[in-house]
Amino acid sequence: MLANDLEKRISFKRSISNGDLVIVYEKHDSMKAVTVSEGSVLQNRFGVFKHSDWIGNPFGSKVFSNKGGFVYLLAPTPELWTLVLSHRTQILYIADISFVIMYLEIVPGCLVLESGTGSGSLTTSLARAVAPTGHVYTFDFHDQRAGSARDDFERTGLSSLISVGVRDIQGEGFPDEFTGLADSVFLDLPQPWLAIPSVAKMLKQDGTLCSFSPCIEQVQRSCETLQTCFTDIRTFEVLLRTYEVREEKMGTFHGDGNDSNVSLPCKRRQCSDGSYVVSTTISSVMARPCGEARGHTGYLTFARLK
Amino acid sequence: MSSSTTSENNATSSNNMMNGRKTWEGCSVLLDINDGDRLVFARLSNDAKLKIGNKNYSLQPLIGCAFGSVFQAESGPQGPFLFHSLTSSLQGNNTEEIKDGQVNVESRDNRALMDNNTAQSLTGDDIEAMRRQGARGNEIIEALIADSATFERKTSFSQEKYRLKKQKKYAPKVLMRRPVARSICEAYFKKYPTKIGFLRVDTLSLLLSMANVSSNSDVLVVDMVGGLITGAVAERLGGTGFVCNSYLGKSPYSMDIVRIFNFSDEICKRILRSPISNLLSQKESPEQILQDANVCNVESQSNDQMENTDNTNIPAKRVCKAAKAGEKAPQEIIDSWKENGFSSLIIAAPEMDTWTLVKDLLPLLSNSAPFAIYHQYLQPLATCMHNLQLEKMAIGLQISEPWLREYQVLPSRTHPCMQMSAFGGYILTGTKICSSS
Ligand SMILES: C[S@@+](CC[C@H](N)C(=O)[O-])C[C@H]1O[C@@H](n2cnc3c(N)ncnc32)[C@H](O)[C@@H]1O
Repeated sequence: MLANDLEKRISFKRSISNGDLVIVYEKHDSMKAVTVSEGSVLQNRFGVFKHSDWIGNPFGSKVFSNKGGFVYLLAPTPELWTLVLSHRTQILYIADISFVIMYLEIVPGCLVLESGTGSGSLTTSLARAVAPTGHVYTFDFHDQRAGSARDDFERTGLSSLISVGVRDIQGEGFPDEFTGLADSVFLDLPQPWLAIPSVAKMLKQDGTLCSFSPCIEQVQRSCETLQTCFTDIRTFEVLLRTYEVREEKMGTFHGDGNDSNVSLPCKRRQCSDGSYVVSTTISSVMARPCGEARGHTGYLTFARLK
Repeated sequence: MSSSTTSENNATSSNNMMNGRKTWEGCSVLLDINDGDRLVFARLSNDAKLKIGNKNYSLQPLIGCAFGSVFQAESGPQGPFLFHSLTSSLQGNNTEEIKDGQVNVESRDNRALMDNNTAQSLTGDDIEAMRRQGARGNEIIEALIADSATFERKTSFSQEKYRLKKQKKYAPKVLMRRPVARSICEAYFKKYPTKIGFLRVDTLSLLLSMANVSSNSDVLVVDMVGGLITGAVAERLGGTGFVCNSYLGKSPYSMDIVRIFNFSDEICKRILRSPISNLLSQKESPEQILQDANVCNVESQSNDQMENTDNTNIPAKRVCKAAKAGEKAPQEIIDSWKENGFSSLIIAAPEMDTWTLVKDLLPLLSNSAPFAIYHQYLQPLATCMHNLQLEKMAIGLQISEPWLREYQVLPSRTHPCMQMSAFGGYILTGTKICSSS
C-alpha cells in the first residue's frame, strides 16, 4: 500500500501480480478489496471476472467480465482502504483522519500510541505518516477485534509499522515501556478521561494528544481532566461538503428589440406575437452541493503536554 | 533523518533537527505573542531581536529552550528582556477558573458598573516608576487590580477579561512554537491568507492525505502558494522520495515558506525543481539546461516573506542560513520520473487554468496514482472534473469543501466559537486511470 515497499509501489513498469491487494472500483460509492489469486473469480452484477485476466495488467486498468461488464483495478491507498474495509466498529473517515495527522504533527519517525484500534481505519493512515522509521502501537481490549485488525494490517502490508496489543487502556493505561517515548497519542474510547493521566506519562515534552468523541459530554469531561497536565487544549469539528457537477443545457432568448419585457422571457415565449423565441441552447458546467451529507462524526480535542 | 528500524531505538534517536524538541542557534521558530495577537517567524541568534510595543527584546534567551516554552517580556536595569517562565499565568488563570466550577452560580452581575475612565487611578507615569524600581509585569498587574475601583464588583468573567487585557499590555507573553506544516499554515492563514491562496490547515491536510503523500513517494506539485505545499510534502517525505516543484515558463514560483521549516539537509535534498516543459519533453535541449541553471541561482536569495511583511517586527539577523532546498532536478532523476511516473500530484495554482494544467500533467503520473487539486473558486474545478470525465482520464472524482468549526469548552459555557473561518477552499480529487488506447 505504501511507496516504501519499492517492489510494490506503483509505477509505469509495475503490473498486477498474483497475491496483490487490489481495489475493485465499480463506481464512486461501490468498491471492494480483493486479493488476486490465480484461479479465483470475482462475481458481481456486471458478470464474472477471472483474476487470471487481471494479472499482468497495470493498476488503473479497466477489466471486463464474461458479459462485457467492466470494473477498474486500483492500487490500494489508506483513503481507498477506509472506504472498503470491513466495519467491525464505527470508524474514522477521511476528513477527521487527515486533520488528526496534521494537527498531531505526525511525521516520519514518530512513535504513536492509539486506543482503541477498532477497525483500524485511522491506524492505516497513522502508519503511512510514521513510515519508514516510526511505529504505531495500537491497543484494543477486544481480543477478536485486535486479531482482525492484525490480519488487515498483514493484508495491506503495514504490519512492520503497526503492533496491535490487547489491553484495557481505560483501566490500565498504556504499557509502562512507552513512558516518555510517545510523540503523539490518539484516543477513540468511550471514557477517554480515564486514559488521560496515562497519556500524560507516555508523551514526550510538548507531545500531542487527540481524543475523538461523538458526544459533547465526553468532550466536557476530557477537557476538565486535560487541564492538569496539558496546554493548548482545542476542540474542533471537521466536516466535508461534497459537490455534484453537471453539464446542463439551457435555452437562450433573443429579443426583438422590445426591451420592456426582457424580465419575462418565458411568458413572452408563450405569446404568439413572436417577439421572443428560443434561438439556441447553450450548455454549461455547473456545480452544487450534494443534497445529503454526514452531519456529525465526532469532536476532536487536541492538547499538548506542558 | 537518523533512522533505525526498531521503534524503541527510534524514539530515543529521533532527536534530529526536524523532531528536535529544543531550539538551537540558527533555528527557525514561530513566536506567538499574547495568545495569537501577533505571530512572528524568526531565526534565533545572539543578535536577533523581537520588537514588542516600543521595546526590542533579544531572542538570545530562547536558544536551547524547549519548543512550547513561554517567555514573559520584562524590563530590568539592563533594559528589556525575555524571561523564561515555567507556567504561563494565562493558563494558570484558566485552571483556577475551571477548578472552582462556580461560574454558573455567579452572584455578581454588572448592573452597577459605570463605564468611564475614573475607575483606575494609577497613571502611566506611576507604572513607569514601578518598572524602574524593578517591578515585574505580574506585580504591575496586581497593583492595577488592587487600585481598580471596580474590579471587585465585576463578574468573574469580566475580571478575567480585565486581567487578560492588562497582562497583554504590561506583561506580554511569548510562546515559542515549532514551525511545522500545521503551525506555519495556521499562522499564514491568520495573518497573510492571500499569500497561501486562503488554503486552510484542514484543506492542506486533506490535500496531503488524498494525494497519498508518504515516505518514498515521488510527488509532483504545482505550488503557487509560496512553498507551503512543497514544504508540507517534504515534511511527510522525511528525507526519502522526492517532491518535484514544477513551474510553467522560465522562473520558478516562490518557495520562501520552505525556509521556515527546520529541514535537515537530508530533507532539503529531496526538494527539487523543474520547469514543466522539461518533464513533458522527450529529450532536453542543451540550451534549456543552461537557462534554467541561471534562474535557480538568482532565486535562492530571497528572505522569509512573513518577516518582511510584518513591519512592526524587525527580523532577526540571520547568522546561520537555512540549508538550500529546491535545486534544479538533475536529468537522471527527471528520466526516472518519466520512466516510472510520479506517485501523485498536488496542484495549488490559483493563477493557472486548472483543466489545461491537469490535462498536461496527469500523463506524468503512474497509473492508479491519486491527485488532489486546490482552488479557491469552485468553477475551475467543476470544469476540470467534467473534462476529466469526458476524456476518461480519471475515476473517483470528487469535489469537496472542508468545513472546520472550533468549540469553546468550559464548565456550563460550552458552545461553538463566535468567530469561524467560513471558507477554506475547494478540492478536486481523483485517481488517474490507464488511457484506453
Ligand atoms: C469506535 S472504535 C475505534 C475506531 C477506530 N478509531 C477506527 O478508525 O477504526 C472504539 C474501540 O475502542 C475499543 N475500546 C473500548 N473501550 C476500551 C478500553 N477500555 N481499552 C481498549 N479499547 C477499548 C472498542 O473495543 C472499539 O474497538
